Amino acid sequence: MPVYLDHAATSPIRPSVLARYTKMLEQIGNPASVHSFGQSSRQILEEAREQIAHSIDCDRNEVIFTSGGTESDNLAVKGLYWQRHAEDRNRTVIISSSAEHAAVLDSVNWLVAEQGAEAYFVGMDQDGVLDLEDLERVLATRAHQIALVSLMWANNEIGIVHPIKGITELANKYSIPVHSDAIAALGHVPVNFRDSGLSAMTITGHKLGSPVGVGALILSRKQKVTPVIHGGGQERNLRSGTPDAAAADAFALAVKEAVTEQAVLAHKHGELSEKLVYGVRLVAPDVKVSSEAAETLPNNVHFRFPGCLGDSLLFLMDLNGVSISTGSACAAGVSSPSHVVLSLGADADEAMGTMRISFGHNSTDSDVDAFLASFPTAYEGAKRAGLTRR
Amino acid sequence: MKILAAMSGGVDSAVAAARAVEAGHEVIGVHLALSRMPGTLRTGSRGCCTIEDSMDAQRAANKIGIPFYVWDFSERFKQDVVDDFIAEYSAGRTPNPCMRCNERIKFAALLEKALALGFDALCTGHYASIEKDTLGNLELHRSLAMAKDQSYVLGVLTEEQLAHSYFPLGKAANKQDIRQEATDRGLSVANKPDSYDICFIPEGDTRNWLSDKIEFTPGSIVDTDGIELAVHDGALGYTVGQRKGLNIGRPAKDGKPRYVLEIRPKQNQVVVGPEQALTISELSGQKYSWCGNAPANQSAWFDAEVQVRAHGESHRCLVKVADGQMVIRLNSPIRGVSPGQTAVIYLGSRVLGQTTIDKTVSAVMEQV
Repeated sequence: MPVYLDHAATSPIRPSVLARYTKMLEQIGNPASVHSFGQSSRQILEEAREQIAHSIDCDRNEVIFTSGGTESDNLAVKGLYWQRHAEDRNRTVIISSSAEHAAVLDSVNWLVAEQGAEAYFVGMDQDGVLDLEDLERVLATRAHQIALVSLMWANNEIGIVHPIKGITELANKYSIPVHSDAIAALGHVPVNFRDSGLSAMTITGHKLGSPVGVGALILSRKQKVTPVIHGGGQERNLRSGTPDAAAADAFALAVKEAVTEQAVLAHKHGELSEKLVYGVRLVAPDVKVSSEAAETLPNNVHFRFPGCLGDSLLFLMDLNGVSISTGSACAAGVSSPSHVVLSLGADADEAMGTMRISFGHNSTDSDVDAFLASFPTAYEGAKRAGLTRR
Repeated sequence: MKILAAMSGGVDSAVAAARAVEAGHEVIGVHLALSRMPGTLRTGSRGCCTIEDSMDAQRAANKIGIPFYVWDFSERFKQDVVDDFIAEYSAGRTPNPCMRCNERIKFAALLEKALALGFDALCTGHYASIEKDTLGNLELHRSLAMAKDQSYVLGVLTEEQLAHSYFPLGKAANKQDIRQEATDRGLSVANKPDSYDICFIPEGDTRNWLSDKIEFTPGSIVDTDGIELAVHDGALGYTVGQRKGLNIGRPAKDGKPRYVLEIRPKQNQVVVGPEQALTISELSGQKYSWCGNAPANQSAWFDAEVQVRAHGESHRCLVKVADGQMVIRLNSPIRGVSPGQTAVIYLGSRVLGQTTIDKTVSAVMEQV
């Protein structure tokens, strides 16, 4: 029986969500229509919105449904930049980090390349811990030029959790809006929008057991942003397009379940992670566990194996029926050296020798056992194949 | 056997993988990523470096029902093939990058990795066949499909590499049969065009591609006596045998067209002369290898045939090894040979070995 240990990529749909979603697909009516069909779709959509608001503690009007994380990140970064820059032409600086997800990083880089923005990447140490003094310094010296801050809640590769409240306290002193991609964090550490001090927050469903293709940008009522997608003016005029009521409903149920069971799952995932790391270290004593000294997600373990390629490990594990990830971004199945690991100061060889194991709602002890049973042979083979470089 | 099928996204490697499965082997498909910045869609006749090609390979593997992975060899490819190509041009030579790729990537880096990961052999869609002589020694032979024969680009393989290579298309009679077979197997790449160009040079414009990698400095175009006839805008952009684009105002004394005879990178000179000066009577190279069993007495001349281009004809010749060089003396002079090209020698249909040409001897005048 194949073992799935890549929940950070996408997590299997929850049985409860699947049952409800397939039923909900029979629903007729555009939520914007005035007739009774439309009204009942609207009701489903709005109840989903309220459910999400309840789960993450925000105002119902602060939930803007999107197609997922990438769209939400684009709307937050570009929308905040355009809005703030339009209000004050001096605001051209975006504070972010070089370890952000590509959806944020490439949006920032696009604004720099095409729109005259300037990026400032907050320094970090080799564990990925952000240098808050550096952040404080740049906020203090360039406050009047800064359009926004965008820093993820938890990193989707190495699993480090950032002190979001500490970040927003610094930025809010200068009334600078902070966006955070909380996709990796939600369901695995407590996420509370109201308490976070954020102006905008990205979440998505499929990492929590909802269908792929639905997510949200949580946007403070006080914060204006310029829309990226124009059309019929749905979702506070910020995200035009017919809202998918059935998907929103499934998303809301997945978020509800994930948040409800967060503490229990975190405990269980912590135990699985511990067992995993212990077992891997017995076989590969020189392995490095990324961000081990820092606070990391309980469900995410990121290894670096000197002298072998993550690609080879993935390949050999997969042939043995254990699906894992190298953790880095892919283009047509090609792993590049991880930009996250490189940004921690690792060299290209080290950045290619990575493996990410991520647990989810249905992970079990036997998944880890299966992994550990296959790992020694795979490690030996990958080590023998070595690095592609001579 | 446990077989690793290298799948470019083309029809040949897809059919080869399918045949390997049918022969009862355990097959896993791999596409080599050779560029860090692959284009999205294929353009022109290129066919192995884009995301579209990778997706085509994946679709074929799915259809055949084998696991599929993409392996990144882009750094090795850059070092061993692309940088080598640039260095060869910088030295005034004409390299064959497909040969380098087979020598250093496909049948070296990839094969080594495959063996280390527990595979027995590498399967490709090359048109060539591996056979055994009466003593059981491995030999590489031309494909039956002479029009598609690719034994030339495999001339760099050694006996050890042959032992771990598997060419299921070697006995194919022609390409049409392979396309028909692909259609019958429901492979969507059945009618994909063949690739001809150098895969890493967009639009096949070598000079333009080289222009931002090599510094082109204006210099002289001279005749064989060293008399300046015109100026060029960079000697390294020219190739031996080139006739067009020389822009020499005045005609030659005999009124006949002039051709590039030699590139002199140090002096930044292009030497031109009459067509007959291009005819070559002898070739030699220091870097040579034997494909399978080497001839018993290499120091005495023996009869063979030589081919100097992938789809060129072969020419009768004498071959020997002298002073650490493979020397090839042609029975009748040939044209269109320049340093950097590979000379592959044949005994009948068998590939005997190869050398990268360092030196050519003109049939009409001595030339280095």
